[in-house]
Amino acid sequence: MSEYTYINPKFEKEINEFSKKTLVPELTLNYDIKVRDFVNTGNASADIKLTLKRLGVSSPVLRRVAISSYEAEINITAHSKGGNIICNVYPEFVHIQFKDKGPGLKDIEQAMIPGWSTADDAVREMGFGAGLGLPNIKKNSDYLHIVSAENSPTLVEILIFYIEK
Amino acid sequence: MKLSDVITALEAELLVTGVSLEIDVPCAFGSDLISDILMCTKESTLLLTGITNHQIIRLSDMIDLTAIVFVRGKKPSEDIIKMAQDREMPLLTTKFTMYQSSGILYNLGLRSCKI
Repeated sequence: MSEYTYINPKFEKEINEFSKKTLVPELTLNYDIKVRDFVNTGNASADIKLTLKRLGVSSPVLRRVAISSYEAEINITAHSKGGNIICNVYPEFVHIQFKDKGPGLKDIEQAMIPGWSTADDAVREMGFGAGLGLPNIKKNSDYLHIVSAENSPTLVEILIFYIEK
Repeated sequence: MKLSDVITALEAELLVTGVSLEIDVPCAFGSDLISDILMCTKESTLLLTGITNHQIIRLSDMIDLTAIVFVRGKKPSEDIIKMAQDREMPLLTTKFTMYQSSGILYNLGLRSCKI
């Protein structure tokens, strides 16, 4: 099993506290993501963005949430045997978990390199597979945690704070 | 620049109905890579692209697109046009290539989006 963690240094204290405590979210949203459903993929991320918009989250933060979530949702659609998204909304941040049923990442560090991709031709023809998904998620999130292994499920989780430091 | 100016300059066909042609087009970006489009659009942007699948419309749920121009005569299917119609997202198609379209609009003073 391999693991990758990125923490925005500006939120180090808050993120460490989050990992220690068991907080009760104000709201939880659940979505099933089907294999290779390129028509409906993106619905979950659009719904998460809309929900946070209604709660008064600012536009620049909504954009970061939408981009991170959409890239991760596309990854489940394009690369996995299906999975689900669990979005937990807290008063100061949103925590989104993307869980799939495998086949898993052989080397997470390699997947973090911009331009590296295992996408097939069909996926590339649709405009995906540029190898920028995970780097894009990292760029737009305050916390990124990936746990995976070959022939295993992958967990990608992100945290984004509503106030930018 | 207004959307009507873009239509005239690119000799474009408008694929949706009921949208205002007087909306302001502040800047533009051109790409066929979804991740690039996501990363580079931080303000309301006119998108030039050759991608015609559902996900190009879905992008407008995530980021702020003024309108989408399909280059080199590309035209999405009816269900994709309906998706845009539901979102009141202007869709244009032009016979010009991505390079020609970009050059025409750039020469008319339409700036690149800030990246």
